Amino acid sequence: MTLAQFEQISNYAVASATGILALAFVAYVAQWGFARNVAPDRELVDAGTSTDGHSAPDRAGPVDRSDLAGGIGFSLTGLAWIILLLGVVARGLSAERVPWGNMYEFGCASTLVALTAYIVLVRVWEIDWVGPIITGSGTVVLGLSALVFVPPGPLVPALHSYWLVIHVLGAMIAGAAFLVGAAASVLYLVKARAERNTAPDDRTGFLWRIPSSAKIDQVAYRVHAFAFPIWTFAALIAGPIWAQYAWGRYWGWDPKEVWAFITWVVYAGYLHARATAGWRGKSAAILALVGFATFVFNFVGINLFVAGMHSYAK
Amino acid sequence: MSVNAVSELGRRELTRWFWRQLTSMRTALFLLLLLAIAAVPGSLVPQRGVDARAVEAYFLDHPDSAPTLDRLGFFSVYTSPWFSAIYLLLMVSLIGCIVPRSFVYLRALRARPPKAPRNFSRLPASASFETAASLDEVLAAGRQALGRARIDVADGGPDMAELSAEKGFLREAGNLVFHISVVVVLVGVAVGTLFGYRGAAIVTEGDGFSNVLTQYDEFGSGSLFDPESLPPFSLDLDQFTAKFQTAGPQRGAPRLFEAKGSFAPSPGATERMFDITVNHPLQIGSTSVYLVGQGYAPIIKVTDAKGNVVFNDAVPFLPTDSTYTSNGVVKVTGAEPEQLGFQGFFLPTAVTSGGADASFSAFPAPLNPFLGLFVWHGDLGLDDGTPQSVYILDKSKMEQYMNGDKGFRISLSKGQVTDLPDGGTIQFVDLKQFARFQISSSPLVKVPLIGIVAGLLGLVMSLSIKPRRTWIRARRDGSRTVVDVAVLDRVPRDDLPADLDVFLERFRGALDETEEKV
Repeated sequence: MTLAQFEQISNYAVASATGILALAFVAYVAQWGFARNVAPDRELVDAGTSTDGHSAPDRAGPVDRSDLAGGIGFSLTGLAWIILLLGVVARGLSAERVPWGNMYEFGCASTLVALTAYIVLVRVWEIDWVGPIITGSGTVVLGLSALVFVPPGPLVPALHSYWLVIHVLGAMIAGAAFLVGAAASVLYLVKARAERNTAPDDRTGFLWRIPSSAKIDQVAYRVHAFAFPIWTFAALIAGPIWAQYAWGRYWGWDPKEVWAFITWVVYAGYLHARATAGWRGKSAAILALVGFATFVFNFVGINLFVAGMHSYAK
Repeated sequence: MSVNAVSELGRRELTRWFWRQLTSMRTALFLLLLLAIAAVPGSLVPQRGVDARAVEAYFLDHPDSAPTLDRLGFFSVYTSPWFSAIYLLLMVSLIGCIVPRSFVYLRALRARPPKAPRNFSRLPASASFETAASLDEVLAAGRQALGRARIDVADGGPDMAELSAEKGFLREAGNLVFHISVVVVLVGVAVGTLFGYRGAAIVTEGDGFSNVLTQYDEFGSGSLFDPESLPPFSLDLDQFTAKFQTAGPQRGAPRLFEAKGSFAPSPGATERMFDITVNHPLQIGSTSVYLVGQGYAPIIKVTDAKGNVVFNDAVPFLPTDSTYTSNGVVKVTGAEPEQLGFQGFFLPTAVTSGGADASFSAFPAPLNPFLGLFVWHGDLGLDDGTPQSVYILDKSKMEQYMNGDKGFRISLSKGQVTDLPDGGTIQFVDLKQFARFQISSSPLVKVPLIGIVAGLLGLVMSLSIKPRRTWIRARRDGSRTVVDVAVLDRVPRDDLPADLDVFLERFRGALDETEEKV
């Protein structure tokens, strides 16, 4: 196949993956919507939201519909993952290098990594309750990436380095975990608030079919505890080593470096907050969301609006 | 006297109170977040240490706000008093936290696991089971199931035995390693900055560079750096290669920059060849030579009215955009009767859009090199000894040659010659390229690197290791043994019940093995 054919495959695949992921998002929203009047089922709460379909006799229609929608959402997410993988690989083949050399490619590849993290964690910790947030964000990132599309091509000399593979891959993995962590933190805040303010009789809806806020907080913490060392490696070890080779200094307060540092400091604050009286719970979760906001700003705001040595947006 | 004693005591109390506040986790957290906020302005306003020219441009664009921002230190955030104050307080807070915790940890390392509490049911997770095994067999199986833990056995008489176990000491070790390494990294960075230097020099093909202060175009060093200690190497640039994408949507994007030549580590040493590309600097001892920029240096030949060649040299023109539209200045000091100054632009691939004069560069490679200059005559201002930039023409004592009400304009393609207004000629003889090298040395660069790698290992340890206390109490009850098990994690985790089941399974598995052997 020629490079142009790979490019075409990649473009079609990324566009299809965006559409399928949007449908997955709709299905996940339907999963929540169908269950809006359903009272919690103690067994189900304990077992997580299983979608394997062996229904108890008293299960009403809405529960079945909700479970079905959730199952469809997860299947569509898996399909989007496969097609996006094809798109990213084809992009790499058409450019003859790793497919994360500019903003468009970074958007596609990091969405792929985020979906991978989500699918793996659904299998391990049954976190399909963050599905709407993950698929929604993934759709938005893929859609916005299309706005900064550039045809595949070789890289500028500064990017001719194997550190491109290490540094950027590390940032993408950490970013994917930060996204899952942020999604869990959002749900933690919502659920913890509902647990405080909702009378036991009024507890209907999908929110009461997902794990308790304490359990969600635990998931958020574990994901962040995984992401933080990887971010440390990508931003504060691999980045400086490469900068030393490419630019002759390991740290130069380039805008991208500043914001990578800010992200690091905020997440360090999150990890400390969880061990500080008065900061556990709500404040810590808000800090995690601030940390994710700084990460997103570094990717979008700094790339598009601030000139610096990391200007790879176009 | 007594009043003094009271205030003395009060001061000491106050100091102690202040110290406790400073080293508390809450303050550390607050300082961390303050540091994050304080770092923000440095990414939004240009910084002197990063791009001094951008700061000058900012002053021109924002004449009202720039002086105020300057007074507040916004153009050098990361060396400003307020930023320094935050991270120094954070450092003190950090050290004030590390030192006492290290002593606590050392004591904990020597301590034995705490005795079993009376009531297991009050602990986060506990369980009981009965077995036919003897007390000793139960304890042996417990040891096996616990694996590598610190274990104490308390003898409770013939009918009872207690086992206390503690593991996961490396969590706090990792935590301490991480926080100590943060200090090591900051000290390493400080040393590198204080004793290091960084400069930039433009070297044209065929020219050389010697590592002395006067040969640098820009130079900056730490306050403890001694310029006499610059290593005495020299290098000659033989050939510079620049390749650009010639087709497709990324046309004009750079593809390769390569500087080739030879260098001598010290005067008289054997010359060696070098080949510097982006990402592959030349290492000479502790100094590194990086390729950070490039551009064009037209060879310009000027004759004066008497026909003498008064200038014949390559003049670097500094690129201003991605198509290498470049600006430059030629100073002809030896011209008679008056000195001559030229200022203008260079276009590597000149394209004319309609009008005769309005040219721009369409491509970064020199496909159609073009030189456009204006001319001044008079005194260049170089004789009074005031240092001057070679890229700026001081026109205060010079007068521009005019052509009607417009400046007299020289347009030259490569090889062309043209006459100057008061006699003499100027020729665009040939085109060379120049490389812009950054030469820098930061001593102890490995210290922050080793520090942060050690810190990462400590971080992973402190985030992944579970410190856990386990107690096993075995009581003889007739011919049976009742076994109670309880666990306590030093960090809150909510997966204890399932965890305890896994442990119990292992424990009973070990017991079954012993029984089978019996």
